[in-house]
Amino acid sequence: MKILVPVKRVPDWQIKLKLLPDGSGIQTDGIKWILNTFDEIAVEEAIRLKEKGVVTEIVLVSIGPEEVRARLEYALAMGADSAILIKHDGPADSDLASRAIAEVFKKGDYSMIMLGKQAIDSDANQTAQLVAARLNLPQACFASKVVVEGGAATVTREVDGGLETIKVPLPCVVSTDLRLNEPRYAALPNLMKAKKKPFEVITLDSLGVSADVKVRVRGLSTPSARKAGRKVSSVQELVEALQNEAKVL
Amino acid sequence: MTSILLYIQHVDGKVLKGTLSALTAARELKGPWKADTIVGIALGPGAQSAAQEMLSYGLSSARYSEDALFQRYRAEPYARAIALAARETSASTVVALASSTGKDVLPRVAVLLDAAQASDIIGVNGDGSVRRPMYAGNIIAEVELSVPHRVVTVRSTAFAPALQEGGGSECSELSLAGDPELHEQPRFGEVVGYEISKADRPELSDASVVVSGGRALGSAENFEKVVFPLADAFGAAIGASRAAVDSGYAPNDWQVGQTGKVVAPNLYISVGISGAIQHLAGMKDSKVIVAINKDPDAPIFEIADYGLVADLFAVAPELTEKVLGLRS
Repeated sequence: MKILVPVKRVPDWQIKLKLLPDGSGIQTDGIKWILNTFDEIAVEEAIRLKEKGVVTEIVLVSIGPEEVRARLEYALAMGADSAILIKHDGPADSDLASRAIAEVFKKGDYSMIMLGKQAIDSDANQTAQLVAARLNLPQACFASKVVVEGGAATVTREVDGGLETIKVPLPCVVSTDLRLNEPRYAALPNLMKAKKKPFEVITLDSLGVSADVKVRVRGLSTPSARKAGRKVSSVQELVEALQNEAKVL
Repeated sequence: MTSILLYIQHVDGKVLKGTLSALTAARELKGPWKADTIVGIALGPGAQSAAQEMLSYGLSSARYSEDALFQRYRAEPYARAIALAARETSASTVVALASSTGKDVLPRVAVLLDAAQASDIIGVNGDGSVRRPMYAGNIIAEVELSVPHRVVTVRSTAFAPALQEGGGSECSELSLAGDPELHEQPRFGEVVGYEISKADRPELSDASVVVSGGRALGSAENFEKVVFPLADAFGAAIGASRAAVDSGYAPNDWQVGQTGKVVAPNLYISVGISGAIQHLAGMKDSKVIVAINKDPDAPIFEIADYGLVADLFAVAPELTEKVLGLRS
């Protein structure tokens, strides 16, 4: 079976983010970009399904500027088979991404779409569910275990209060959570070979998808920092402070 | 006439406290988004009493369905029913708690209503824009939803639970006839297993005291030996850092952080947690923060009101004893 894995390029979570002076965005000049952490887990899971003989072909798709190519090549080096870059330089939201991904899905003979539960930049946690609804497919979100057999996926989901296991018929959409797997590193020789894998560049126009965004980011700010309090030297002093100052005991 | 539809999340008829926070957000949105009324929809076993109860919180009307389709939460039928209720109540906005259920179902509702979604909102501005965290809470964005239909999930810790006030009396069953696909749809998922963590302590998301343990505990046994009694002395819920969860010291749904639960109790006590950004994003809005860690340079001390630099294995049991002594 063929699997579609949408991925997003995001700023490295380890860098200290700086806002543009007018608050219209973050400074991106010269920053390090990575594959969205949760999408990387989806790529890894797709590769593991291929290694088990369940998946036969892994197709990546991403939306963004030409620079996204490097992230797609990284995922190809991990073990995906081919990549589609939907070249788009303007703003995008989860809604736009979901419309584009749905069109790509319709053009291939895919049995599953697997992607991260959220992007670590916008933290919206929407795209997988939006794609599923658009295609009227069942969804299994926040996956910590995925088993595919007999035309269905059995997925353990991380939900409030515990774990839930659901069985969804294929084709379906799966969104991946942190504990599904530990992604492998792409080895250097594979990074070289990845440049030779099939790589298609298309546009939103060619998919018949409009570039409209529904969610407009009007401005960004940093939350007011919390001030450090004081050190206490003993449990006794802590208990007295909680009783007399903070009055929470 | 246009309304805001509140998704009433409940367990067997008992309304989640977070639903009341979502209602507060709905009340704040009502003016700027020019809605006339707030209405509700409850689904699943006990939905009728949950809907009835919410009428006393100022809803002008409430719909419910206890149809067998909704026996267990599943994204596909729940989304269709919520969208159906939105159409029947002329709702241009749907609001839900940003629980794992709310996060799972609302985007599907957005597609069915051709709406735009703002996730996990933490504030409403007078001009109708909303505030929401991005980049693991390091940045707050002001966003506008520039379409007629909108859906919103609400971070419960950012809004006080709504208080009771007079409301409507119309509590009626949702007619499913309006969406034939609900009964003809063979492609819904089915729930085949469920593993609930032990729940003899307060629910993490709305506990007034949370005691969290980190990697420094060193093992699941130590986590149980040190964190459990301290939490029970305070009558607290138990949380954990991602490192502690990944190491198997605590179950997944105890994880506090941007990718786990976001909490804001009156008192948050961290034991052996260094304070990665990811973790701080999940607890920095707590009213009083206590940190116990033997590393004086741990980032957790930069946001803690009271820091105790000490060996947790010595001081945590001592704190447990002292608190038990005060309580008895």
